[in-house]
This record gives sequence, C-alpha cells and structure tokens, in this order.
Amino acid sequence: MTTTAITAPVRLSQPSQGNRLSWAVSDVMTITWRNLLALTRTPEALFFTTLQPIMFVLLFTYVFGGAIHVPGGHYIQFLMPGIFVQTVIFGAMSTAAGLSEDLHKGLIERFRALPMSRAAVLAGRTTADVVRNVFVVVLITAVGYAVGFRIGTNVAYFACGVLLILFFAYALSWGFAYIGLSAPNAETAQVMVFPLIFPLLFASSAFVPVAFMPGWLQAFAYHQPVTQVVNAARSLMVGGVLHDTGAVEAALLWCAGLLVVLAPAAVRKYRKVA
Amino acid sequence: MANSFARSLAVEAHDLVKVFPPANVRALDGVSLEVEAGTVLGLLGPNGAGKTTVVRILSTILGPDSGRASVLGYDVVSQADAVRRTVGLAGQYAAVDENLTGRENIFMVGRLSHLSRKVSSQRADELLEDFGLSGAGDRVLKTYSGGMRRRLDLAAALVANPPVLFLDEPTTGLDPQSRQSLWAAIEDLVREGTTVLLTTQYLEEADRLARDIVVIDHGRVIAEGTPAQLKADLGTSVVSVTLGDRDAMDQAVALLAPFSEKAPVIEDVVVELTVSDGPKAGADVLRALDAARIPIAGLALREPSLDDVFLNLTGHKTTIDDEVEETAKPRRGLGRSRKSGVADGKDAA
Repeated sequence: MTTTAITAPVRLSQPSQGNRLSWAVSDVMTITWRNLLALTRTPEALFFTTLQPIMFVLLFTYVFGGAIHVPGGHYIQFLMPGIFVQTVIFGAMSTAAGLSEDLHKGLIERFRALPMSRAAVLAGRTTADVVRNVFVVVLITAVGYAVGFRIGTNVAYFACGVLLILFFAYALSWGFAYIGLSAPNAETAQVMVFPLIFPLLFASSAFVPVAFMPGWLQAFAYHQPVTQVVNAARSLMVGGVLHDTGAVEAALLWCAGLLVVLAPAAVRKYRKVA
Repeated sequence: MANSFARSLAVEAHDLVKVFPPANVRALDGVSLEVEAGTVLGLLGPNGAGKTTVVRILSTILGPDSGRASVLGYDVVSQADAVRRTVGLAGQYAAVDENLTGRENIFMVGRLSHLSRKVSSQRADELLEDFGLSGAGDRVLKTYSGGMRRRLDLAAALVANPPVLFLDEPTTGLDPQSRQSLWAAIEDLVREGTTVLLTTQYLEEADRLARDIVVIDHGRVIAEGTPAQLKADLGTSVVSVTLGDRDAMDQAVALLAPFSEKAPVIEDVVVELTVSDGPKAGADVLRALDAARIPIAGLALREPSLDDVFLNLTGHKTTIDDEVEETAKPRRGLGRSRKSGVADGKDAA
C-alpha cells in the first residue's frame, strides 16, 4: 500500500493581520464574559467579598475611628479612599484563586488547544476584575455616603481617583495572576496571597496616618505603593488638608512600574505552566 | 508493494521524544504512529505509558523535545495555529467550565474557535440535541453527572466541526451505560468521516472503536496492528469448558490439564485452557470428557482477548484491572479478572 500524507490544507484560510487582531480582542471579550458570568453564578462569593469592606467601613468609622486622629478631624473622609484601595486589593485575590482553578481543572489546557490568542486567558481575567471593581467601588461609595463620607473635591476629580485605583488594581491583578499560576491549587493560591498583601495594606496610610507609626516602619510605609495610591486617591477625592502634593504622580509611576514588571512575568509564567 | 490504493494520513508522528524535568523522566522515548484519514487509531497503554503526552504534543499543548508530528499536513510546532483550527480535543478531565451552563460552555468554545455568535449559538443548540443534553442545556455544569460532563466535553470539542478528533481516555471512570452512549456518539462521527485518535486503558473500548491499535509502554511503541492481528500474533486460543457437575472438577482438571499449554485457569465451574489449535483441541477435549463420562454444561472456543494480548506484551494488566486486583489476588497465566471476563463475552465463539 502506498502512503501519502495530506499536504493540501482542508478548508483552512490563513487569517490576515487585521483578522488576528480583531480575533484577539474578541477572545479577550469572550474570556471576560465567561469570568463575569462565573461571578454571577457564585453570588455568595461576590456578596461576601463586598460585605467585607462594608464591615471595615463600619468597624473603622464607629469602633476605631474615634481613637484615630487624622488631619482635618473627619475620620470617614480619611478612611474611604483607603477602603477603596483595600477593596480592590482583596478583590484581586480571587484572580489568583480563579486562575489556579482554571489551570488545575484542565480548562486552560482546552484553551491552549484552541486557535485563540494566548494572552486572552490572562487579559480576559484581569479585564473582568476591572469590571467587578467598578461595581464594588460604586457600591462602597454608596455605603460611604450613608455613613457621612462626602466628595471634598468635585465629581471629575473623584472619578480620576477611582480610575487611579482601578489602574492600581489592574496592575496588581497581573501579580496575583502570577501567584495563581504558581500555586499548586486554588486554596493555596488564596492563602499565598494573604501574607503578601497584609503588610502592604496595613503598614500603609490606608487606615491610619503613617506619622503615627514607629520610625522604622514609617520608612517602609512611605515608600510602598499602597500608601502612594491611597494618598493620591485622598488628594483626588477629598483634597483640602488631605492633599498630598506629588502623590498622584508617584502613584501613577508605581502603577505603571508594577504593570510593566508584573504583566510580562505573568505571561511568561503562563507560557511555562500552561 | 505497488498498489493503486493510496492511503492518506491525517496524523503522523515520527520519533517523538519528551523528557520531563526535574526527574528527567522519558515520558516519550521515540514514539511514531500514523492515523489514516477517516479511521480510528486506539493508543493503548497503562497509566504513565505516555498516551496523554502524545495527545498533548499532537494537539500543540506541549512541544516535543525531538521528533516531528503533523496533523493534516500541518506541523504541530511550526504551524500550531493551523493544527488548532483542525483538531478537536476532549480530555479525561472533562475540561469544562463548571460555573457556566452547558449551552454557554459550547458557545464559549465556538467563539474562541472564531465562529460567529450566531453560528456558535446554533451549534450549541445542535450539539446539545445530538448529545441528549437539550433538557440540561441551561443548567450550570456543577449539577451535571460525570457522564453528562463527558458528553458536553465531547460536544464542545466538536463545535467547529473538526476533521480530526483527539480523545484522551474519553470514558475513564464512566458507568457502562454512559460509556455505551459515548461510544455510539464516536462511531457516528467516524461514519461521517472524522479521523479519531483515541487513548484508552480499556481494551474493550479499543476493540470496539479502533481499526488500528498502537500499544505503548514506558514511552515506547511495543506493538501495533489491527486488533485481529494483535490477537493472532499471540498465537493461542482459549477453550472454555463449563462443567455440569461441580464434584467432577478435580477429575476434569486432571484430565484436561495436558491439553493446555499453560496451567488451566479455574473459575467457579469453568476451566479455561490455552491451546494453539482451537478447533482440534475443542474436539479432543469433548472426546476426553465424554469418555470419562463427565457432564458439561457448555463448551466455548474463543480467540484471545486484547486483555490477553496486553498481558503478554507488557507483563502486566491494564491499570483498570490492577485496581480490581488490589483487593483480589493477582492470577497468573491467562487469568482474567471477572470484570474483563464479562467484557470478553462477545468474543466467545
């Protein structure tokens, strides 16, 4: 018997460059859609990740707030920008767990066997995070308003503050994606993230003025991204005595720097493990 | 040999080698195989033989360390994107999104295969219907049974009508009924011209679905051919005598043992003999039993099963049987566990 290999392509046409790009965008949208849909299928998870910052708002406002002296004297004004940042950081933890789950349940394997864009799995995950964060930030703003928070600048500046926080969260998502891809399973991914974000969040200006901390801690607290992003958010959302000159620029630099380092690292990790 | 019938190969792999760090396990140590277009190749082997690694390389998920492979003429390394547009993959882990409904899962794979929304959605409807999942189409996958998940996984793999299908242990862990229905679905696809590469630990599965079989163990091909060839190569048949009287067992075994090339296998009132010339041995056995006035309830002559072939080739049984044997004592010779004994029923002559 003679053996011949099929060399002529069957029904396949080579995609053009333009097609490739529009497909990549479509792939990111599909993965984003799928992640958001999954979010609505586990409303309990969404409920509790939203409930947590609300409890923090109440706890700090009514329990700790009285004992914490801040510039301007209105603790809720000081607190809310910190709460926004805390919320998006905690929310990003689910990126690590979710990606880890996709990886270990074989879903990423299926994605890899499809003619889709390689970057779409990560980009779709981080984009879905942004959408979720918008939802949560709006909700937390409403809660803040109910307990006395007021925009101290104007709506446009406030919106810029929100955008900055979303940008920060987006950059962080890539870092959490990296962790999710490194973890042996989703549960571990979740607990791996915690010791990382805990010092960044609490040794920052998010809940108390850094000036209250011991000198050695201040050095760390001033020079880490959460403090810079929170200070920038305060400048944009509240202003007045809470305005911190140069914080917005510093925060943007931090966010851009994190994104430039973390995104390629996550993509490299994805190529390696998936 | 010159022949006017030219075969066309849908899948070709030459000398694939894959070594996994850190222990430098040679998962594949020079595997070559060919799948003729429109046929089913069964890739058979125990756990850890390298079956999944072959599928992962052929479906571009993994790159080989050396060797080359192509699907419909597209190289799996340099033309990976074209291969991905050609191949449908369904895996043993049923790679589906648990948080989405059945319909959404198929739709998602359709969109990621770059079908339009409309076509993806139409295909989802059709495939749910074809796989008997219409009623469950709008339920979240978490509520699906194992069999339903596998069917959905296969349905999702078919969304873009791939001419080549890779199925990695599609029925492992399924109940017999789910397995039957998945087999029927695969047979339908082959009838319509789909080329299938199927890995399995179930010999019965390979026997039923595959036209050709490649047996691998420790990353190497240890045998290949049609199921009939593999069985014929073993060169033996089995004469199975069911006694009518349990009390005559000892006498019968003593009488029949000389006919068998290996120690007779005894199970309940059945004595099985390994012979080279089945029909002649059958007649001899019948005459001997008749002369000794030992009543029999049945006599069957059967070709060796793939179980026998597998045992002979690898020196061990398939993993599925090993699981059975963890609780039961391993039996030597042509011993088959009860489980595969039942499966062999259709081979009985």
